[in-house]
Amino acid sequence: MNEIKEKRSRETAGLRWTLARKKVVWAYIFLAIPIVFFAYIRVYPALFAFQMSLHDYNPLAAEQPFVGFENYEKLFSELGKRKSQTKSAFQNTVNYVLLGVPIQLCLALAISLMLNEIRFMSTLYRIMFFLPFVTSTIAIAWVFRMLYQPRFGLFNVILQLISLPQQPFLRSTQQALPSVLALVIWQGMGFAIIIFLAGLKQIPRTYYEAAEVDGASRWHTFRYITFPLLNPSLVYLLVLQTISFLRMFAPVIAMTEQGRGGPLDSTVTVVLQTYREAFQSFNMGYASSLTVVLFALILGVTIIQLSVTSRRIN
Amino acid sequence: MLRSRLIAILAVLIVLFALGAVAGAQDDMVEIEYWQYNFGARVDAMNMLIEQFEAENPGIKVVHNSDIPYADFRTELAASAPAGVGPDVVTLFYGWIPAFVDAGYLVPLPEDAFSEEFILETFSPMVANSKFEGSYWAIPTAVRSLALFWNKDIFADAGLDPDTPPATLDDLVEMAIATTQYDGDMSDILSITRMGHAPALAAQDHHWFREVLIRQYGGTPYSDDGRTVTYNSEEGCAAFSWLAAFETEHVTGSNDILDGATNAFVNGESAIHVDGSFRVGTISRNNPDLNYGVTELPVGPNGERHTFGSYWTHGITRRANDDPARLEAAVKFLQFITTPEAGTLWVNNVGELPAQLSAASDEMILADPILGAFSAGLAYSHATFFVDESAQRQVLIDAFDNIRMGGMDPCDALDEAAAAEQELIDNFWADREM
Repeated sequence: MNEIKEKRSRETAGLRWTLARKKVVWAYIFLAIPIVFFAYIRVYPALFAFQMSLHDYNPLAAEQPFVGFENYEKLFSELGKRKSQTKSAFQNTVNYVLLGVPIQLCLALAISLMLNEIRFMSTLYRIMFFLPFVTSTIAIAWVFRMLYQPRFGLFNVILQLISLPQQPFLRSTQQALPSVLALVIWQGMGFAIIIFLAGLKQIPRTYYEAAEVDGASRWHTFRYITFPLLNPSLVYLLVLQTISFLRMFAPVIAMTEQGRGGPLDSTVTVVLQTYREAFQSFNMGYASSLTVVLFALILGVTIIQLSVTSRRIN
Repeated sequence: MLRSRLIAILAVLIVLFALGAVAGAQDDMVEIEYWQYNFGARVDAMNMLIEQFEAENPGIKVVHNSDIPYADFRTELAASAPAGVGPDVVTLFYGWIPAFVDAGYLVPLPEDAFSEEFILETFSPMVANSKFEGSYWAIPTAVRSLALFWNKDIFADAGLDPDTPPATLDDLVEMAIATTQYDGDMSDILSITRMGHAPALAAQDHHWFREVLIRQYGGTPYSDDGRTVTYNSEEGCAAFSWLAAFETEHVTGSNDILDGATNAFVNGESAIHVDGSFRVGTISRNNPDLNYGVTELPVGPNGERHTFGSYWTHGITRRANDDPARLEAAVKFLQFITTPEAGTLWVNNVGELPAQLSAASDEMILADPILGAFSAGLAYSHATFFVDESAQRQVLIDAFDNIRMGGMDPCDALDEAAAAEQELIDNFWADREM
C-alpha cells in the first residue's frame, strides 16, 4: 500500500514541473520572440543573399534564373582588370581600414591617457569627445561637406586667412579619400576613448605605485604596465573598428557628388559599390556576391586579428 | 486570466478581418496605382489630370504616388516589384525603357488603343524611340529639348548686349570668358566668383555632347542601329576638347563650385547654361526675378542645328496586366493623360512641350519667348538610344573627370569612355540574344 502511494507521488512529481523549471521555460518562451525576430530580420536575409548571389537576380523581373558561380567569376575578373569600379571599391576599402584603424586608435589612446590624468572638468571633456559618436552620421557628413567647400567652406577660409593655397578636398582624386576618412576617424573616436578609459580604470593603482617606488620612467610605466594591461580593450577595439571601417557606407554616399563615391571612384567602398550594383543597375545577384565576399573578408580578418592579438598577458 | 484576454484579442481581430472582407467585397471600384518621382510641377499637373479623369470615369480610382525623390525612384520600383505591390501605370525616363522591358516589368501598349500609325502620325518623332523589339512600351504626355539659357543682367554687367545670346560655339566661348569674374588667380577654378559657363556632364552636358556637339563637329555619336559607339573619332575628340576647355583652358566655370552649374544659373551666379525646358519651372519657383532669356542651341563649325530631345514616358506594368479590370482602367488612364489637351495642361503647368504634334505646334507656344526656342528645337532633336542611361552617363562623367582632375588628354579619355560604353551596350545585347 505504502509502496504504491510512493510510486504514485513520484510519478506525479515527474509530470508536474517545479517552479524553477517553469521559470526557465517561460524565459525561453520570452527569449524566443526576439530570437525569431532576429532570425527573420538578420539571419534570413543574410542567407538569402548567399542564394541571390547564385542567380541573375533582377528584382523587376518575374523570374530569377540560376547562374551558379557566374557572379563570382565576374567579380574576380573585375578585380583582375587594370581599372574597374569593383577593384577601386576593394582597394579603397582596404585603404580606409589600413589608414583609419591605426590613426583612430592611436589618437584615441593618446586622448584617453590625457583624459585619465585630468580631474578638473573631466566630464565636460569626455562629453565633448563622445558627442560626435552619438550624432547622426548623415548630418555630420553634410556639415563636413560644407566645411570642405571651395572658397566658402571653413577649412578653405582658414587656409586663406593664413595665406596658404586653397585645397580642393572632396573634388580631388587624391584628397577625397583622406577627407572622408578624417570625418570617420573623428566621429568614431569617442567610442574608442570610452572603451580605453574604462580599460585604464581597470588597471590597479598598486602597479603604478610599485613602479614609482622602483623609479620607472613614464615611458616605461606606459610600455610595461599600461599598454599590456590595456590589451583586452585594444583587441576589442581593433576588431570592432576594423569591421566598422570595412563596412563603411553612409559618410561616402553623403559626402560625394550624387552619392557616387567619386570623383572617379576614389572614395567608393565595397558596400557603396554593392548598393550601386543592387539599386542603380539592378544587378542584385552580382551585388550579393560582393556582400558574400565582403562577409568572408570580415570573417577572415577578425579571426586572424583575434588569434594574433589576444595572447594572454601576465 | 491571461487566456481570457488572449481570446478577447483574437475575437476583436476576427471581427476586424470580417469587416474588412465585407468592405472589400462591396467595393466594385477599380483602383489603379500611378507612380512618378517627386517634382512639384509634375505632381500638381498630374493631380489635375487625375481629377478630370476620375470625373469622367466614376468607376475608376487612381492612387497617385509621387512621394519618391528622383534619386530613389528606381530603387523604390525595384523594391516594390518582388513585394507584389507597386504601380499599374508608371512614369519612366525614356532611356530606361530597354532595361525595364528586359526585366519583363512593362507590357507592350495594346495595339487597339495605341496603334503604330496613330503614334507615328500624332506624336513627336522622338517618341518612336519607345519602340523596342517591335513594340511600343510607353507613351509620353510631353517632351523636352535642350536650349541655351543666358542671364541678361550678367551680360549687361559685362558690357555685352543683353539681348544678343551666343549664336555660334565661338561666340559662346568668347561670351563665357567675358562674363566670368575672379577673385585672384584667373587660372584657378576656385577663385571664380561668377561663372561664364560651367561644363556639367552630370547635368545635361553629356546629352549636349553626344547628340549635338559631335554632330556639329561633323561626327556621329553611335552607329545607325545604336549598337556601336562611334564618338571616339577625331571629330568627337575635337568636340569633347572644346567642352572641356571651359574648365581646363578658359577657366570660366566648373560644376564643383557655386553649388553646381545648374544651381549657379538659377541663383544668378552663372551667365550661360545649357538645359531643358523643365528648368523654366525650377527658375520660376526658386528665383522668379531672374532676368534671363532662352534661345536655340548655338550652331557649330559645320553650321548645323541639332538638339537633344528626351521625355518622361508612361508605361503599363506586369502588375496591371495580371488583372483584366485593372488593365482596362490603366489603358483608359494612359489614353487620357496623353491627349493633346493633357499636353496643353502640361505645358502650362510644367513647361514641357506637348508630345502630340497638334498641341506642340500651337501658335502660342511657338511665339512664347521662353518656350519658342525649345519648340523650334523639336524639329531637329535626337534622342539617344540608351541601354543603361545612368551607367552610360557615368562613363562620360568619368571621362571628363579624367581630363580635369587627372590631366588626361581628351582623346585618350574619350577612347577609354567609348570602350567602357561599348562594353555596356554589348553586355546588354548579349544577354538579350541568349
